[in-house]
Amino acid sequence: MKQDIILAGVGGQGIISIAFVIASAALEEGLEVKQAEVHGMSQRGGAVQSHLRLSRERIWSDLIPRGEADLVLSVEPLEALRYLDFLRSDGIIIASRTPFVNIPDYPETESVLAGIEAIPRHLVIDSEKLAKEAGFSRTQNMVMLGAASGYLQVSEENLTKFVQVLFARHGENVVTSNLKAFALGKAAAAARSVPATGGENRGGG
Amino acid sequence: MKTEILLGDEAVALGAIHAGLTAAYSYPGTPASEIMEYLIKAAARTKSFVASWSVNEKVAYEEALGVSFAGKRALVSMKHVGLNVAADPFMNSALTGANGGLVVVVADDPSMHSSQNEQDSRYYAQFAQVICFEPSNHQEAYNMTRLAFDLSEALGLPVMIRLVTRLSHSRSSVQPSEPRGQNELRHGLSRDWTLLPVNARRRFRVLLDKQAQMAELSEGSVFNALELNLKNRAFGVIASGIAYNYVKENTREMKNPPSTLKISTYPIPEKMVGRLFDHVKTVLVAEEGYPFIERTVRGLFGVSGKTLSGKLSGHLPLSGELSPDIVRSALGLKPLEKFDLGGFKPAARPPQLCAGCPHADTFNALNKALKDFPERNVFSDIGCYTLGAYPPYNAVQTCVCMGASVSMAKGGAEAGIHPSIAVIGDSTFGHSGLTPLLEAAAADTAMTVFILDNSTVAMTGGQPSYASGERLLRMIEGLGVAKEHIRVIGPLPKNLEKNARIIKEEIEHRGLSVIVAARECLEEAKKKRRRG
Repeated sequence: MKQDIILAGVGGQGIISIAFVIASAALEEGLEVKQAEVHGMSQRGGAVQSHLRLSRERIWSDLIPRGEADLVLSVEPLEALRYLDFLRSDGIIIASRTPFVNIPDYPETESVLAGIEAIPRHLVIDSEKLAKEAGFSRTQNMVMLGAASGYLQVSEENLTKFVQVLFARHGENVVTSNLKAFALGKAAAAARSVPATGGENRGGG
Repeated sequence: MKTEILLGDEAVALGAIHAGLTAAYSYPGTPASEIMEYLIKAAARTKSFVASWSVNEKVAYEEALGVSFAGKRALVSMKHVGLNVAADPFMNSALTGANGGLVVVVADDPSMHSSQNEQDSRYYAQFAQVICFEPSNHQEAYNMTRLAFDLSEALGLPVMIRLVTRLSHSRSSVQPSEPRGQNELRHGLSRDWTLLPVNARRRFRVLLDKQAQMAELSEGSVFNALELNLKNRAFGVIASGIAYNYVKENTREMKNPPSTLKISTYPIPEKMVGRLFDHVKTVLVAEEGYPFIERTVRGLFGVSGKTLSGKLSGHLPLSGELSPDIVRSALGLKPLEKFDLGGFKPAARPPQLCAGCPHADTFNALNKALKDFPERNVFSDIGCYTLGAYPPYNAVQTCVCMGASVSMAKGGAEAGIHPSIAVIGDSTFGHSGLTPLLEAAAADTAMTVFILDNSTVAMTGGQPSYASGERLLRMIEGLGVAKEHIRVIGPLPKNLEKNARIIKEEIEHRGLSVIVAARECLEEAKKKRRRG
């Protein structure tokens, strides 16, 4: 068993938090984990990504080879498209539909979404709306994690456990809204059908 | 002990703590900052060792050297260009030697994710003639750091650990081993540590005499490994550090994989290289950074009867970091099937100043004041404010190295540029801006120095600054800048007109002026509020 995931977004959107939760859950389940992330200058409102690799066997490279990612999970639609060449041809893309516009040449949102929808296995989530519903607009990353939870090779129980660990120091309210965001994302994904792959059943959802 | 999931940087930090660390010093710089971040948190918890940000890398290195002189174990960490700043004590520490274990960790940044060059620190280790470790994974980063302290004490020399961004900023699990205690206080010998020519000549001889022992250590290092495939006499690979992972990622499923020599301890293990060449006809060298191993192995005339490929032959790129894909193609394997982008290229999203950043207000005021001065030049420095080079500001024209803004503005002014303006952050000023300002004050050079005081080292995550607030103002005055030409502005949108007027007044003054733009970094203010 192995799963290679590209996490994408804009600096400040909480990509590293998503990575922390999945990686901790994987470690809890006895998997090998490697997770490459972005710090420093590139974080300042720029495009950020994290390569997250889970496996029962030894993982060599910290970076995912192009064409080997099973999943691109993005908190922002344009950023989802940036890493398409990492995706396997039967891979799935799960992206927020909420654009983060901080560049003058940001394309029309409709064309960005059309790009995502051109991928056979895709799931687009209204993370902004669901995060507001969860009571805290900064929880879009946890909405997206929840949406992806059915497609991850780690259990939901362990994911929510580490969502709690991650936000514990910010107090009970923050933990509650992040868990709610996770649940709303999960429900939104469950309501949608994604074409299955031809071969083995790679996802759990 | 319990397995932990750590950044490469953190694995080094934990290894140092468990090796019996007494003190660690550093200056913030991507990708090395997280070493000290981890040490500071651990020191606050255990209160058993010192972990402290220094004013610059040279000071950090010398502080560590003082700890080593005292017989105790010291770690000094920095990014690659930081070692340029610390090169003086580093080179000389190979002659003084180490009394307590002295480990210098340098994190290189191939691809220049957050740097102005991609120099390869292995050349510094070779230059100083000391051992260098280059971990390929997190467990090695931990184990090597522990071993580096042992070797430093056994050889009586500093030991370098070279990291690269991809390992520094990648997380994986580490199995720690039993920690040990610190050394007792034991002064170094004066005759070894006083580098007067008479002592230095003797000490250099000692260093030269240790080279053979270091070569033997490298040949026997557990981190260097030769895996010969007896069924493949055609092709072999030499791979160092994380490049080894990219090779293994691609060769693990090959039916007849190449023989592989992994090099993670330097000096280069010559005998092992010889054994690989005896076995195969063609050797690919995969290494992150410069073609350090490749150039050494190739020499002037190549290896007789053998083919050597790598960065010099064009099989791998000379610039930028390696990746599994790049190494795959150098191994002669077909690219993996991947999603067809159909020529689609998403709009680039470069880093930029945060919304509401005080630097933005300073640049707006500066641009307004400079509207009527087409001959101007704004010399910038290293920090978030370097992003002022991008639109919409286009406010600065240079960025070279720490402190260069002030010195270059002085040189520019003396060459006839007016207005000649320097823009430097508070921490960068503390790092390397004081000395050139001392000189400019003595000469009363016709230039204007902006110190952007946001009370923190913002770009690297908000480390403390030594040159901020009231202390900064007293320092500027103390360096000899005329009091009436030290101006403080509040960079806020509502002060735009007033600030532009003040800037213009000082530009028109044909002598030295210092303008301090003081407003706290927004991100830091937010963090403080969240902490309560």
